[in-house]
Amino acid sequence: MLEEIYIAGFGGQGALSTGQLLAHAGLLEGKCVSYVPIYGVEKRGGVANCGVTISDREISSPLVTEPTVLVVMNNLSLARFQDTVVPGGLIMINSSLVESPVTRSDVKVVSIQANEEAEALGNVKVANNIILGALLELTGVASIEGVEQSLKEVFPKRHHHMIPANVKALERGMELARAHKLSQVD
Amino acid sequence: MTRLLMKGTDAIGEAAVRAGCRYFFGYPITPQSELTHYLARRLPEVGGLYLQAESEVASINMVYGAAGAGARVMTASSGPGISLMQEGFSYMAGAELPCVAVNLMRGGPGLGNIAPSQADYFQATKGGGHGDYHMIVLAPNSVQEILDYTQKAFDLADQYRNPVMVMADGIMAQMMEPVELEEERNIELPAKPWAATGMAYHQGRNVINSCYVIPEEMEVVNLRLEKKYQQIRQNEPLCDSYLLEGAEIVLVAFGTASRLCRSVVDKARQRGIPVGMIRPITLWPFPYDFIEDIAGRVKWMLAVEMNMGQMQEDVQLAVKGKIPVYHYGRLGGMVPVARDILEEVVKLYNGGALR
Repeated sequence: MLEEIYIAGFGGQGALSTGQLLAHAGLLEGKCVSYVPIYGVEKRGGVANCGVTISDREISSPLVTEPTVLVVMNNLSLARFQDTVVPGGLIMINSSLVESPVTRSDVKVVSIQANEEAEALGNVKVANNIILGALLELTGVASIEGVEQSLKEVFPKRHHHMIPANVKALERGMELARAHKLSQVD
Repeated sequence: MTRLLMKGTDAIGEAAVRAGCRYFFGYPITPQSELTHYLARRLPEVGGLYLQAESEVASINMVYGAAGAGARVMTASSGPGISLMQEGFSYMAGAELPCVAVNLMRGGPGLGNIAPSQADYFQATKGGGHGDYHMIVLAPNSVQEILDYTQKAFDLADQYRNPVMVMADGIMAQMMEPVELEEERNIELPAKPWAATGMAYHQGRNVINSCYVIPEEMEVVNLRLEKKYQQIRQNEPLCDSYLLEGAEIVLVAFGTASRLCRSVVDKARQRGIPVGMIRPITLWPFPYDFIEDIAGRVKWMLAVEMNMGQMQEDVQLAVKGKIPVYHYGRLGGMVPVARDILEEVVKLYNGGALR
């Protein structure tokens, strides 16, 4: 198993913490992992991307330049990174924020209105974990239990009261992905 | 032994604490800032001192003072800040003072940007400061190595009474990888009878100085230093290799570029192209002998660097004209893509030495 996941968004959307959650969860499950963030000088609104590699074997290069999974949280990132995805790869889109269409026809595309879904759960801030839940369901790269455990590691203590809301978001994401898989079977 | 996910900058800080470093003087700069965050919290926990100086020039001179008093001491910065410290490194080399300096390289020259780069190779290995001197330069390529080699840097600095630089780029600083963290243990630091700790603690005067007004005296010091450097050149070169067996082509890369090259070697081998890799871990002393030895058995080498061919010159010196040494690099904070390096390898393999 080798998944090279690239998560791209603006600062403040949770792109980096989503990546850290994945890497931590992979580590807890005994996998080889790496996490490389790339971000701009701005605290909010600047580029915030990260590459996460989760593998059964030792990782040669931690840099994700040809992802098997691309998570897109804004229009800019879709335009910039959709061509890097390997043929047969997966592009996951937060369609609450991304309007432009995917032009690739050799990849799977899963669109989730993550902001609306998060608002329905009572907090728009957990939108990233709706997508992460769906990613777990679609790739099997880590378990939801692993990510739940990782929330305690990645979030500073002062945000631990937010963990239940984030777990709910992960569960909702998995549910949406299961529904998507069923619709594909039809 | 605990296995945990650790960030490069945290690994540098933790390694320093475990090596018995209790003093850090520095000034924040991206991508080094997170190291100062870590040490500002961690050093007071172990009774150490973290001090944010007013500038890099002040920082390195505080390091000079602490080292002269016999302390294990560290500073860290990125390109522009390291440039400001060069005078201090030269003074410390002249006064034979040990310290560890970390350079987390970013795009340059000038203010450049905060993206990862390897363009400070010349500055670190060829003496960015004035006078005949060398710094030992270590280039780790994983968070585990950052942890291990930062600790080793302190030992080397004390052993040779010389500044040691740990050099990595912004990617190494920010990335997280699993590390094996051993139980913390009490270490015994080497005695420093030369340190200026006051006459209550040593017989006679201990003088920390790099000023020799009389050229005859300066030359004696220069020769003594050279003897030390010769010893370092003999004993300390470190490098790693990958799939050199049967290789016709050898990639030479350090730090982040070497991680990319490892995956390029795998991909090239899958296509039946006989590629291997040499990775210098000490950039000074450079592993000239090892590379010369390999040069006798392969057709050509390709230096892959995030600069315009600075290490390529050392590889050329090492192979002594036996084989051609080419260069592939990305610049200004751009990171090479494995696919592009592979394409370059294929092009060279098919076109031979026609370039």
